[in-house]
Amino acid sequence: MSDPILIATDLKRHYEVKGGFMKPNAIVRALDGASFSLTPGKTLAVVGESGSGKSTLARVVTMIEPPTEGQLVIGGREIGPDGAAGDRKLRSMVQIVFQDPYGSLNPRQTIGQTLMEPLLLNRPDIKADERTRRAREMLTMVGLRPEHFDRYPHMFSGGQRQRVAVARALMLEPKILVLDEPVSALDLSIQSQVLNLLMDLQERLDLAYLFISHDLSVVRHIADEVLVLYLGQPVEIGPKDVIFDQPRHPYTKALLSATPVADPAERKERIKLTGELPSPMNKPEGCSFNPRCWRRLEICTKVEPPLQGHGHCFACHNPVPDDEEVAA
Amino acid sequence: MSLLEIRNLSVDFATASGKFRAVDGVDVTVDQGELLAIVGESGSGKSVSMLALMGLLPWTATVTADKLEFDGHDLRKISGRQRRRIIGKDISMIFQEPMSSLNPAFTIGWQIKESLRKHTNMSRSQRQDRAVELMQQVGIPAPEKRLQAYPHQLSGGMSQRAMIAMALANKPKLLIADEPTTALDVTIQAQILELLTGLQQETGMALVLITHDMGVVAETVQRVQVQYAGQRVELQEVDGLFENPHHPYTAALLAALPERAIEKRLPTIPGVVPGQFDRPQGCLFSPRCKFADARCIAERPTPAGRDLGYALCHYPLIDGQPTGKETAA
Repeated sequence: MSDPILIATDLKRHYEVKGGFMKPNAIVRALDGASFSLTPGKTLAVVGESGSGKSTLARVVTMIEPPTEGQLVIGGREIGPDGAAGDRKLRSMVQIVFQDPYGSLNPRQTIGQTLMEPLLLNRPDIKADERTRRAREMLTMVGLRPEHFDRYPHMFSGGQRQRVAVARALMLEPKILVLDEPVSALDLSIQSQVLNLLMDLQERLDLAYLFISHDLSVVRHIADEVLVLYLGQPVEIGPKDVIFDQPRHPYTKALLSATPVADPAERKERIKLTGELPSPMNKPEGCSFNPRCWRRLEICTKVEPPLQGHGHCFACHNPVPDDEEVAA
Repeated sequence: MSLLEIRNLSVDFATASGKFRAVDGVDVTVDQGELLAIVGESGSGKSVSMLALMGLLPWTATVTADKLEFDGHDLRKISGRQRRRIIGKDISMIFQEPMSSLNPAFTIGWQIKESLRKHTNMSRSQRQDRAVELMQQVGIPAPEKRLQAYPHQLSGGMSQRAMIAMALANKPKLLIADEPTTALDVTIQAQILELLTGLQQETGMALVLITHDMGVVAETVQRVQVQYAGQRVELQEVDGLFENPHHPYTAALLAALPERAIEKRLPTIPGVVPGQFDRPQGCLFSPRCKFADARCIAERPTPAGRDLGYALCHYPLIDGQPTGKETAA
């Protein structure tokens, strides 16, 4: 196995919000201490509910925003507090594909212009005809036809647009691709086409994927490792099979049991989670999951559990036993 | 007798570039207290057919049907006034995005009580009591306080509960839920689905669930209607549908589910749903179907029998293999 291309240690991103008249400013801990690494040819999936900090993580890794605290090392270089300002090499190593293929392409640019723009901005040394050649080559690589080069985004379907978005992200030959819910806006019959494309490209280009999704059946299919976020904190991280077959954190277990399975014969017992994600502005004391947890102990409301373990880590005082069939 | 019976419903939209047929000869039957799912991708006409029933389509739409009957009323003939007496009382609907379906200028309480005010003779205090009761029924904590809240003060899950409370206000006989959980997280989705099926069993109302999520279908409903490009392609009991789909589209759709995949590469359905200008002459699925032949391209299929899930196909599948090809070839 090759060495990691990205190492994140205790990554944090906090936002300050104005408290209003006579109120102190509050701090939103959108991302609160995530550690993980990305390896070429492998996929790390990040799952969690909305508000769990998945997209903030994507923005920090893509260097759209600098981390408030913690260390982010990409390709052996550390990202400073002012992000990757001025460092085009570093920027071209990490690229992102957004969720909404309708909103993330410029409607006034042809597909060709869209694809060539990253080169125009970041690689002034490349000549115009070389740029065009590379863009056309990329078009065929993502499964579009050469005649699509001069067309506009509105002439494409959702799946094709997502292919364009992937092509654009690959123009600078990145090592890391951040995929922020790349298939959730697509229909089922199109979703599988895009997933196959992503897996093909990963094999061919040896890319490291950070795959953000809330759809666990997709994650199960594409991921090598899974990171479960809750209120900005990783509660469990480990190899895919372990996470899906033997989750130890109650939240992971609940999340898995809440996901509907497309098999009517397999009606299982659900773990009911009451309530919703608390606001990241006033996190509960102790373990942040304790108000919704069904395995809560006295200690959970007081002491925050640390993330423990080797390979498969989880942060819980009272983890789900190893071979529990259905949680009581 | 069935509660809702729709025969051969078609909806045409007048667009700048000509007529567009969004719903093409769809039949829907719902019995009292039944749970039916309508599944399909975007553009399959699943929402539009239900909006046509509710009379909520814009003036550009032309609705035609051989039969459009709800609880003994012929919805094609009645006046707007009569229709409004049924809609919101005996039939009600929940929409996909709770955030944008609620009126931001009024409190939740005002909006729930509005339908009580229109459809019943309850006094002000009776309406208040009923609203509190509804809020409790859908599991909203501190209902008196929440009735005075505005939609922006509630989370997505809470707004969806408020929408459900509103739809249930007059104890409807039929509730149509149009993608009620698509905008929500899985943990909240599980809560809402449980609430809906619980209410359906408790109150004996019929529930039509419109969705594109096969997992939700498998876990909640009894009967499934699959739609494609405005047509009903299959209607089956849920167990049969997942075990032995009779229409090639249903089969392909199920095969494309990541959780059903055997290999790393997922089976795909080539091409896209036909639009306004590339509508095939014969079977609408024929350009994407792996079993299609000359007859499929030229001729429109007719629905098969009940034992074949009314599959709209020349060669309905049994155990994944097309039938009747020998005779046709």
